[in-house]
Amino acid sequence: MKTVNHKGWFFVLPVLLLVAFNALIPMMTVVNYSVQETFGNNQFFWQGLDWFEQILRSDRFHAALGRQFLFTFLILIIEIPLGIAIALSMPRKGFWVPVCLVTMALPMLIPWNVVGAMWNIFTLPDIGLLGYFLNHTLGINYDMTQDPLAAWITIITMDVWHWTSLVVLLSYAGLVSIPDAYYQAAKIDGASNWSVFRHIQLPKMKTVLTIAILLRFMDSFNIYTEPFVLTGGGPGNSTTLLSIDLVKIALGQFDLGPAAAMSLIYFAITLLVSWLFYTLMTKDDLN
Amino acid sequence: MQKRTLVPILYILFLLLPIYWLVAMSFKTTNEILSGFSLFPQTFTLENYTTIFTDPTWYWGYINSIIYVSINTVISVLVALPAAYAFSRYRFLGDKQLFFWLLTNRMAPAAVFALPFFQLYSAVGLFDTHLAVALAHCLFNIPLAVWILEGFMGGIPKELDETAFVDGYSFPRFFTTIFVPTIKAGVGVAAFFCFMFSWVELLLAKTLTAVAAKPIAATMTKTASSAGYELGLLAAAGTLTIIPGAIVIYFVRNYIAKGFAMGRV
Repeated sequence: MKTVNHKGWFFVLPVLLLVAFNALIPMMTVVNYSVQETFGNNQFFWQGLDWFEQILRSDRFHAALGRQFLFTFLILIIEIPLGIAIALSMPRKGFWVPVCLVTMALPMLIPWNVVGAMWNIFTLPDIGLLGYFLNHTLGINYDMTQDPLAAWITIITMDVWHWTSLVVLLSYAGLVSIPDAYYQAAKIDGASNWSVFRHIQLPKMKTVLTIAILLRFMDSFNIYTEPFVLTGGGPGNSTTLLSIDLVKIALGQFDLGPAAAMSLIYFAITLLVSWLFYTLMTKDDLN
Repeated sequence: MQKRTLVPILYILFLLLPIYWLVAMSFKTTNEILSGFSLFPQTFTLENYTTIFTDPTWYWGYINSIIYVSINTVISVLVALPAAYAFSRYRFLGDKQLFFWLLTNRMAPAAVFALPFFQLYSAVGLFDTHLAVALAHCLFNIPLAVWILEGFMGGIPKELDETAFVDGYSFPRFFTTIFVPTIKAGVGVAAFFCFMFSWVELLLAKTLTAVAAKPIAATMTKTASSAGYELGLLAAAGTLTIIPGAIVIYFVRNYIAKGFAMGRV
């Protein structure tokens, strides 16, 4: 049992100050912009909630939000099952375990714009390994700067390459925590592979999978650098995800008011969906 | 060979192919890259690497990145340690709300904060310093470090603390000489994740720097656009960004999987 001790606040104070400095002040700046109009020269005019209304009604925002949800949905539906499948087939002990873990973690340690640049080089139609293979060996016409579908497949593949390992590492951590006795008991009962997975492995992985799904949701929903470097949001607007659109409005057009309103809506959606995921996945524990 | 060993092997091959291509390209001359497809470097050259190691704008990019990543890791872990202790041992007013609020900072898209961060750090006179990037990265690294450390501390029985206090240890002495060494694996894992997320982040690092503290990743984007198609150079610079991460992960390989698993949501 934890003891009630309000001196705990002193321990938390440094964290609180540092995070608040970084979170609250910029957040207040964003809120401040979101209700004002500016024509430069540091002159601001009260605008009320007009920007919010304008963003919520704009087709451009709806389109970007739709693409963002599609992207995140595809990422979760591919990476979570794939990650679990790979974790299940990994060796549990011996020489190959650290080798697997280190190589699998490698993509996560590469700076995000390098990931984008690397996949750009990899998929160039005539001189990239994948691009050359698809175009010249298999004879498929593949050029992601022309074809929206090819661009989508490429950013999805890139993200699967980049982040599936996170799901693998987390699921694997859950799997190795299962005592051997559980498996022996299942063997005596004559349980099939499926029922071992369904009734032993999956429940044991539940906590780590909750973390994996939440982290993958947050990070894929906020993704910016990798698709920006790889496709620049193109061809056309086909891969312009929410963050890319936001940066275009804020820094490209310098429309601070609408960009700030959009940021707040964006953040609110992320919070709401994360909270929904969290509540849905932990509600059994509470009962 | 069993069928199920095939899955990890195929997956690792898939992971290594783009990395191989990056490394192979870094040893090619720009002419060879542009003249057509070749699976291996035909004329093996170290020219791209020599350029990076002799040009200060290149190699300072690496030094800058390593400086702010190290500062960030040290700050994050140092302030997260007492906070994680409080969350794992005490109940205090607003503790749960505070913990959740910390985690929400990982949900904020960096794109949202780019401009306000620029203004904030310009206003306090830290723009274009290593400290600015290190402090900005605290936004998402401190919550993560607290989360991981709290998980590890939760696994240490409270009797350890009580015995030490009965033996007459003062709190600071107990914390530094007994408690922290007991969870050193957790400290390693937390430091690793702080290093990782600070090393790979570019948007904030680029926004907060101009010349003096410019990270390697930003140097790369600039060179790639101004010098046209210097793909070989870009590939060499990219290859070099993988190395620090690979070294760090080698040291924590046995704890890496455990790190996340022990944290609570």
